[in-house]
Amino acid sequence: MAQTYRSQLIDPLVDNNPITLQVLGICSALAVTSSMKVAFVMAIAVTLVTAFSSMFISILRNQIPNSIRIIVQMVIIASLVILVDQVLKAYAYEISKTLSVFVGLIITNCIVMGRAEAFAMKNPPMASFVDGVGNGLGYGALLMVVSFIRELFGSGSLFGITVLETVNNGGWYLPNGLLLLPPSAFFVIGLLIWAIRAWKPAQVEEREYKIQTVETH
Amino acid sequence: MPEATENKGVLRRFLDAPPDSVGKTIFVAVTLCLVASMVVSAAAVALRPVQEANQLNDKRVNILQVAGVYNPEVPVAEAFAAFEPHVLDLATAEYSDQFDIDTFDALAASGDASVMRVLEDDPAGLGGQMQAYRMVYLLRDETGALDKVILPIEGYGLWSTLYGFIALEENGNDIFGLQFYQHGETPGLGAEVDNPRWKALWNGKQLFSEDGALAITVAKAAPPAGAEHHIDALAGATLTTVGVDNLVRFWMGEAGYGAFLERLKAGEAG
Repeated sequence: MAQTYRSQLIDPLVDNNPITLQVLGICSALAVTSSMKVAFVMAIAVTLVTAFSSMFISILRNQIPNSIRIIVQMVIIASLVILVDQVLKAYAYEISKTLSVFVGLIITNCIVMGRAEAFAMKNPPMASFVDGVGNGLGYGALLMVVSFIRELFGSGSLFGITVLETVNNGGWYLPNGLLLLPPSAFFVIGLLIWAIRAWKPAQVEEREYKIQTVETH
Repeated sequence: MPEATENKGVLRRFLDAPPDSVGKTIFVAVTLCLVASMVVSAAAVALRPVQEANQLNDKRVNILQVAGVYNPEVPVAEAFAAFEPHVLDLATAEYSDQFDIDTFDALAASGDASVMRVLEDDPAGLGGQMQAYRMVYLLRDETGALDKVILPIEGYGLWSTLYGFIALEENGNDIFGLQFYQHGETPGLGAEVDNPRWKALWNGKQLFSEDGALAITVAKAAPPAGAEHHIDALAGATLTTVGVDNLVRFWMGEAGYGAFLERLKAGEAG
């Protein structure tokens, strides 16, 4: 095995982050990052689903017929997501109401499918599980950063606790309403990708084409 | 041992078969579906009691909130005891005692024929049928006089059916509040029906104009009847706004609580 468990866990945080480098799972990152509490629960849910689906798929990998492997992965992932949804509805009702459709949409989160197809189909269960946890944490870490910015400047609070007293509640802070709308997550994620690639130039992709100067005759 | 190999039976044979054979493919598909469906249904059945308790509690919290008496420090069941539930027959506007209060909601949720009636005209998008009986909640003041009535309402928005409550003053005309407790509208747009500032717009509005016609409107522009019947539309959520407008007008109209509201206005109900 080329990677140690430790590097499997740490790499996806920055060096191989599923959102900023692999650019997967953007859709749900836009939707759930307007408050930290919701983003936190979503991060845990995605980590659990990615880890366990990778593990189960890896256990079955030598039995899965190639022709139906994607649908087999989907069935396993979907069952786990329903399980998470049911547990949330039973034990975290308020949060499950806020997450509403997004828990169901974990099924379509590219990170889960991506890791199943790219890693779990070729590696042993334990390594796949750790890979799932690592990528879930990488996704979660970015979710927390984005939601920190969006909640702090969008509603003046963190985890629902008021930090900047907003004008509406008699304070001084005029919240930036744009940050509560999904498009703002694009800007925040874009700026983060820029920052990370400035810090680690190795992540910058090769240009697919070059503008050439042609001499005119 | 040849015997042992035979005893391994069908399962072993399938597990040893090459993954890409037709038999194996069907075997994996069927087994996986069976196992997955059992896991999912077991979880759904096992967790249902807790989920239902949550839903009931949530509904009660919403009733308390819409009536403006919610206090997070008081246990919900205790605070909720102040409300007087009745099953209302919408056609006669009389309280009906043919149903058990405790099981009525479950009965109605299951679409039981004794509760429902077919709708010819369905502006609120209720799927062609509505509850002919509804659970309504009365709140009385210290002297025992009727203070507020809380009426359940629902209707289709853009993506989903919105379920909620409207709280009216005892005169059956002044709105105290409106709140949805379940919907699947777009977060940030249609889901702004949950925004406290938008909900606050309902307070003090009047359902009926001077001449007794239903005048309440949720729209961009104020209706001719005047601003006291107008709730501003949700920005960027035209279809949710239309849905809310339709459902409120439907339930406050003749097919809905119309007859009951007439009795409230006349001071007869309570």
